[in-house]
Order: sequence, then structure tokens, then C-alpha cells
Amino acid sequence: MSRDLSRRTKLVLYGVLLVLAIPFVFPTWWMVTSSLKPVADIFAFPPDLLPTNPRLDAYRRVFELQPFGQQYLNSLYIALVVTVGTLAVSALAGYAFARIRFRGQNVLFLVVLAGLLIPSEVTIVPLFQMFFKLGLVNTHWPLILVPIFGAPSVLATFIMRQFFISLPGELEEAARVDGLGRFATFWRIALPLSRPALGAVAIFTFLHSWNLYLEPIVFLSSPEKFTLPQALTQFVDAYGGPMWDVQLAAASMTALPVLVVFVIAQKQFVEGLAHTGLKG
Amino acid sequence: MTQTDTRVGPATAGPAPGRARPFWTTRRRDQLTGYLFITPQLLGSAVFVILPLVLVVWYSLHEWNVLAGTFDFVGTDNYQALADDPNLGAVLRATGLFSVGLVVLNLGLALLLAVLLNQKLRGTILFRTLFFSPVVVSLVAWTIVWGFLLQDNGGLNSLLDTVGIDGPNWLRGEGTAMVSVIVVQVFKNVGLNMVLFLAALQGVPAELYEAAQVDGASRLRQFWRITVPLISPTIMLTSIITVVGSLQVFAQIAVLTQGGPGTSTTVLVYYLYQQAFQFHHFGYGATLSIVLFAIVLALTVLQWQMRKRWVFHES
Repeated sequence: MSRDLSRRTKLVLYGVLLVLAIPFVFPTWWMVTSSLKPVADIFAFPPDLLPTNPRLDAYRRVFELQPFGQQYLNSLYIALVVTVGTLAVSALAGYAFARIRFRGQNVLFLVVLAGLLIPSEVTIVPLFQMFFKLGLVNTHWPLILVPIFGAPSVLATFIMRQFFISLPGELEEAARVDGLGRFATFWRIALPLSRPALGAVAIFTFLHSWNLYLEPIVFLSSPEKFTLPQALTQFVDAYGGPMWDVQLAAASMTALPVLVVFVIAQKQFVEGLAHTGLKG
Repeated sequence: MTQTDTRVGPATAGPAPGRARPFWTTRRRDQLTGYLFITPQLLGSAVFVILPLVLVVWYSLHEWNVLAGTFDFVGTDNYQALADDPNLGAVLRATGLFSVGLVVLNLGLALLLAVLLNQKLRGTILFRTLFFSPVVVSLVAWTIVWGFLLQDNGGLNSLLDTVGIDGPNWLRGEGTAMVSVIVVQVFKNVGLNMVLFLAALQGVPAELYEAAQVDGASRLRQFWRITVPLISPTIMLTSIITVVGSLQVFAQIAVLTQGGPGTSTTVLVYYLYQQAFQFHHFGYGATLSIVLFAIVLALTVLQWQMRKRWVFHES
């Protein structure tokens, strides 16, 4: 903890923090308020901090121009499936690497860890060809399978392993002595204790999938298969110029729900991230 | 249910009659469970990480034509093309500029914010939430908004106009485009490193500062001599994550500048995407992938070496 500050220092600090907060807060604020304005007002300067006559016209057009509801569902279900899948894969592997002794453990851990050095950007060309040969291009399979088993899940496994190592083992040992099998010990004792780490991994994984952009534009070609980030860039006029009001309305709908969840659960969010294996 | 003593087998076998040791000892069963637990991760890595990495080398020796359906061995042609590629220098330069700029700005700002939030001040939780919020905003949404703000007639220039400055066309100028994509990305993700730094700062024992104060060390001196060494493992970790992340930048470039003007913001991943998926030079795309992998590998090894020398203490 730091020392007590004088009144003047406090005022200066608040001033600095307020100024620094502008580029973090203003873009989101501006995105949401502008989406409620007619196009002409979006360009007005100084910008109205609140729309003078708010309207939802742009929001209606989002759904007319793209199958946006479908695209929203696509992004949502892909992110959820990837999150659940990653949690399962990484909790199992992380637990085994931390708690169970088996031959070749260290070598196998290094093999898995090597995946961290191989982001999907490096392997996107062969991945495309693999999925092409399997007839899975323009399906959601690549967007689901690659993150569940690729670099993001390797990071998750690493975080889970670090967490399980830091967990006191007595409870598990007691359960084992009482005759609980390995899986039951994992499922009933270790997993419930690892909620903070699972939460952090879930948040990371969800956001990663939600933000994915290269993979969707490589693998998907029909609008009803698109995910949100890809859909956002499709709101252009006949000359290829962006339709700002519609684009900002779609962007707001993409960003706001996650932001609301974050504000409600920000304590778990931030502290979960800070207090996992990532701490170093 | 089952007795799991080292000498007694599972319930299915029942208590072993006589002296014969059952095959399924606890140790053996544990081994098997261990392998079963890591099987999904291991198989998945093999199919979706290791195999593609091997294939990327194989494909770099071939030319694949999707339309004609041909897949021809071309030897080292793609590597020759790489050596002759007039764009490669500019692409590597843009990649390096982006990474260096991003890492320096991101870590610097993250540390500054963390130090500010670590003061005894009311409302730091609110500011922490504000600084962190862009992390959870959809990447493309965030980028689109900044794309608007940075337009020639966008918000930033209107703001500069009011104080009499004629702002440049940020995303269309050679130098300003690169600065713009870096800054947009810094504001997006700096909250993540800030939170990690904050956790590290809170772990520095207060007694150390008190002792230093008694010795008359200035605040700046305390920062460099106490804080920085003690949080160096976190600095190391965040810099590795940030460097590798910076090499993966794609969406921001695709949305804001499309690699332009000229090739000034064509970073390696964007160039790879153009070559493979816009011009359908898959073999050459694979070759560029190997370059990307080599850079990631080299930087990680380098940072690992630095870690040994430079990091003050390991927890």
C-alpha cells in the first residue's frame, strides 16, 4: 500500500486520471450515442454528448441489410461452445499435469506448451487446406475446433495447471484416502475449488472467440454464416463507403451486452484475471 | 466404494485373493487416468497445431492452385521468391515498427496507470473499470469507432481545429497511419497489462518503502530501485504476451488502413493474408508463415534468455 497523500496531490492525481480516461471511455460513449443520431448529426462538431432527438432507425436497418440476428446467434453459440470446450480440455489437462504423476509428464507438457509459440496465424494456410479437403470450409467447425485445441487452449491449460499447483493438496489427499477415485476427486473436490481460475479462463476464451476476425474472413463466405466482427464491416454503401449510423448501431449491439456483463461482474473479472497463474 | 491403497486393486477385482499383486495398482490406475486426462489436449494439439506446422513447411515447397485443382512440387521456388520479394523489407519494417511501438507504449502506459491506481485514493476501482473496459469491447467495434474519429473530418481533427491545429489525415499519411494503428491497439488492450501490474505492485512489501524513506531515497529512486526489480517477473511476462500478441495483429490493419498507405502498415500477418487468401498464392503464403513462426520463436527464446539475466527474483 502506498502512503497517505496530501490534498493537493490528490487533486492533481484525480485530474490526471480523468484526462487519461478520455480515450478509454469517449469512443464507446460516442459509438452508442451516435448510433441514435441521424447521419448528419454524427458529423456535427462539437459532438452532442447526448443525442438531441434519439431514434432507432439505424438499428432497424442493421437487420434489413444483413441477417444480423442470425449472425449474432452464430457468434454467441460459437463463443459459448468454444468456452465450454476449452474449459473441459484445459481443466482436465491442467489437473493431470499438476497433480497426477505419469511417465513422460514433463516432456508431454513441453510438447503441449510449444503450442503457445504457434498462433493460428502461422498455421492458417494449412488449416484452410485441411478444412477445405474435409469439406468444412464455410462451416463453423474451424472456428470451434481450432481455438478449443490450439494456442488459446494451451494458454488455458497452462493457467489451470499453475492454479492447481498453488491449490493445497490436503483436501484431495483426504478424499483419496476415503476411497474417492481420481476423476471423482477432480470433479467433486478440485474443480469446485478452482472457480476463480475457471472464471478467468472462461472470460479470456469467450472474448478471444468473440473477437476472432482472421479466421471468419478466411473460412466463411455466406452472410448467414458470418460472425459479428465480420458482419460489422459489411455495412457499406454502393461506393464502398461505410454507412456510419448503421455500422455504429451494429457495433453498439455487439459491444454493449458484454460491457454490461463486465460492469456488473467487474470485480470477478479483473481480480480473476490478476490472480491466476498469469501473475507470473 | 473402491479401496485405493497402494497394494489393493479396484472393487471390480475385489480384494485380491492370495499373494498375487493385482495388475491395476493405484499407481497404474493413476498413470492411466493421467494419460486419459491429457488425451484431448494432446490429440487436439497434434491435429490442429503440430500437424499444420509440419504441413506449412511441406506446402511452402509446393504451389497449390484451388481453381485448377493442382498441387505441384516447386522445390525452393517460394524461398527464392521470398528473397526477391521487393515488398519484404517494407513488410518486416512495418512489423518491427508496430511491435516495438506497441510494446513500449503499452507497457509504459500500463505501468503508469497501475502506479496511479495503486495510490491511496478513493474511486480507484471506478477508474480501474474505465481503463479496463475497452478490453471487453468487441475488437472490430472498437476499431470502427476509432476509424471514424481518425478520419480527415472526424472527431479528433475537429477537436484539434478548435485549438487552431490543422490535423493530418491520420489514416492516410505514411507516418501517421502506423502511429494511429498502434495507439488504437494500445488503448484497446492496455487494461489487461495494467491489471497484472497492479496485482504485482500490491505484492511489494510496504516496509521496503518505509525503510527507503528513512534512508532519504526520493520517490523516483524508490520506484527504480525497489518497485521495478520486485515486479520484474511481471514485466517479463507482460512483455512476452504483448510481443507475441503484437505479431498477430490483423483486424485493426484490415479495418483501418488495409495495409496502406502504400505498404506502410502492411504487417506480416496482413501480407500473409493478402498473398494466400486474396491473391491465392498459397505456397508463398506458407513460406511467409514460416518467416512469422521464425520471428515468434526467435523473440521468445531471446526473451527467455533475458529473463535469466535480468529478472530480479523468481516467485
